[in-house]
Amino acid sequence: MSTTPAKPKFQLKMGMATREAYGQALAELGRSNPNVVALDADLMKSTFAAKFAKEFPDRFWSTGIAEANMVSIACGLAMCGKIPFASSFAVFIMDKGYDQLRVGAAYPKVNAKFVGSHSGISIGEDGPSQMSVEDLALACGLAGFVVLAPSDEFCTRALVHRMAEHIGPCYMRTGRPKTAILYGPEDTFEIGKAKVHGDGRDLAIIACGNEVAYALQAQAELEEEGIHARVLDMHTIKPIDEAAIAAAAKECGAIVTAEEHLLDGGLGSQVARAVTRSTPVPMEFVGIQNTYAESATPDQLMEKYGLTTPYIVKAAKAVLKRK
Amino acid sequence: MPFTHIDSIDALKPICRKLRIEIIKMIGASGSGHPGGSLSEVELLTALYFAVLRHDPKNHAWADRDRFILSKGHGCPALYAVMAETGYIAHDVLGTLRKLGSPLQGHPDKRFFPALEANTGSLGQGISLGIGCALAAKLDKKDFHTFVMIGDGEIQEGQNWEAAMFASYHKVDNLTVIVDYNKLQLDGFLKDILDIKPLKEKFEAFGWNTVEIDGHDLAQVVPALKNARANTSGKPTCIIANTIKGKGVSFMENSPEWHGVAPKPDQVAAAVAELEAQEVK
Ligand SMILES: Cc1ncc(C[n+]2csc(CCOP(=O)(O)OP(=O)(O)O)c2C)c(N)n1
Ligand SMILES: [Mg+2]
Repeated sequence: MSTTPAKPKFQLKMGMATREAYGQALAELGRSNPNVVALDADLMKSTFAAKFAKEFPDRFWSTGIAEANMVSIACGLAMCGKIPFASSFAVFIMDKGYDQLRVGAAYPKVNAKFVGSHSGISIGEDGPSQMSVEDLALACGLAGFVVLAPSDEFCTRALVHRMAEHIGPCYMRTGRPKTAILYGPEDTFEIGKAKVHGDGRDLAIIACGNEVAYALQAQAELEEEGIHARVLDMHTIKPIDEAAIAAAAKECGAIVTAEEHLLDGGLGSQVARAVTRSTPVPMEFVGIQNTYAESATPDQLMEKYGLTTPYIVKAAKAVLKRK
Repeated sequence: MPFTHIDSIDALKPICRKLRIEIIKMIGASGSGHPGGSLSEVELLTALYFAVLRHDPKNHAWADRDRFILSKGHGCPALYAVMAETGYIAHDVLGTLRKLGSPLQGHPDKRFFPALEANTGSLGQGISLGIGCALAAKLDKKDFHTFVMIGDGEIQEGQNWEAAMFASYHKVDNLTVIVDYNKLQLDGFLKDILDIKPLKEKFEAFGWNTVEIDGHDLAQVVPALKNARANTSGKPTCIIANTIKGKGVSFMENSPEWHGVAPKPDQVAAAVAELEAQEVK
């Protein structure tokens, strides 16, 4: 757990999408580690695996539109000492490759890495068939997997490197839209260690992915009303940072979680278990509620499905009433 | 030291009989398991482990070993028996099949038996895993070969065909798939469920070298496997091995009943007596 001071007047500068940061980091890995190889299933321009493919054509394979095959080939490569990164849209790699992830990667603890882009509903116009609102739940259901949901380009880049260093299966979700810059090149990230923003003691907002930026804005708005919140960027959903959650529960006495994911089995569920195991406190959950989204602009969808700053502020006030 | 191959077909035959007896005994002792699909694989596995694979039972992690993946994981009793016979494990370990703490899990599990290449049991994934191994070999400029054995019923899984397309397109010629073509799956005969005929033509259309053999005739099995191992044609190889499910035990042969049922003690005795009485020629 590391602490950076809360910024009362929070201004967001937009940076690149986490999927683009993934592509950059993968190419960096390609340059530094000849054992890193990559695969994609006809979405490399969207996942940004294309950057690696262009630079290292001999260490890259497109399986065509065949995600199950891609996942198992990645497992075979890992069985023979390679460090494969296989990518597609989150919904396709996770939902179409699940049995392969389970039997080929999780169960034998194979050292393969899987990355799903276009997670959540902020992909916008393409609609629900392309949106993964369940990938975190599914990935958490793979025993032994590390599950990552980075919040900005710096967090993503660093965690891609941590994934390569970690021995064992990993899943990372990335997003389509450009994301706010929350960190700088000097920030360090470790698997399983939350980034804590501020030391407010009224409540803690625990968020992942795109929701961290909204949470930081909510923190600033609440601050103006005299409510002191801390924000935890929970970029690792599994293994979750139980120590940071326990400290937040104990010191704040109220928790709001925020995720661009169904409320079933994602960040909120993981945090709730950690909270009830340490210091049970009231919780509220911001996320997608038992439904699929639709076509619209990303901003419209985040608004309509209750994932933007005002919803986090509302949840914060609701949880404070229950304290 | 790499395993020293046995080149004489006549010397391999009694091994096959011994393995069949062990398969029956081990499944009988465990009280559950899959005898039919284990018995149909015996000549194929014996040929692989005794005459074809480059491997070292005392050094299973040898980087240059050939890889063998049993995609039809339920057929693992035959694999365990041949691995005991070639020295990976002691013979008495076979008696622990499917028991708590045994390296011989109900389906192959390398967490418990690290000399296995892959965890299988969900049918349809082995060819893709084998492609991964074969691609790694090419990247590392290693000359090991990867063999994958699949069931004929297993071929109904679509992933096989994703893999078949990939392997020929990417010229994965250091990969050989062996189909244990015993015409039976779990619920019955393929012809009554979902036939896969014509199989050879299907693999040919997918760009593979194909060869069809009698999977119980070692004089056909050994050369087919050796040729496949030496293949540099740019195409992967598919060996379609015509086999008999339950081969060697008359009451199990060609019977859907014996896919996944263990023989009772009297049936074990009858099967063993029958196998022992068989002339090995
Ligand atoms: C994906 C999957 N579906 C179903 C099963 C259950 N199952 C185990 S063996 C089997 C039949 C396999 O038939 P085949 O591939 O022909 O093998 P063999 O005849 O050699 O036993 C089935 C359906 C499974 N293991 N995996
Ligand atoms: Mg069969």
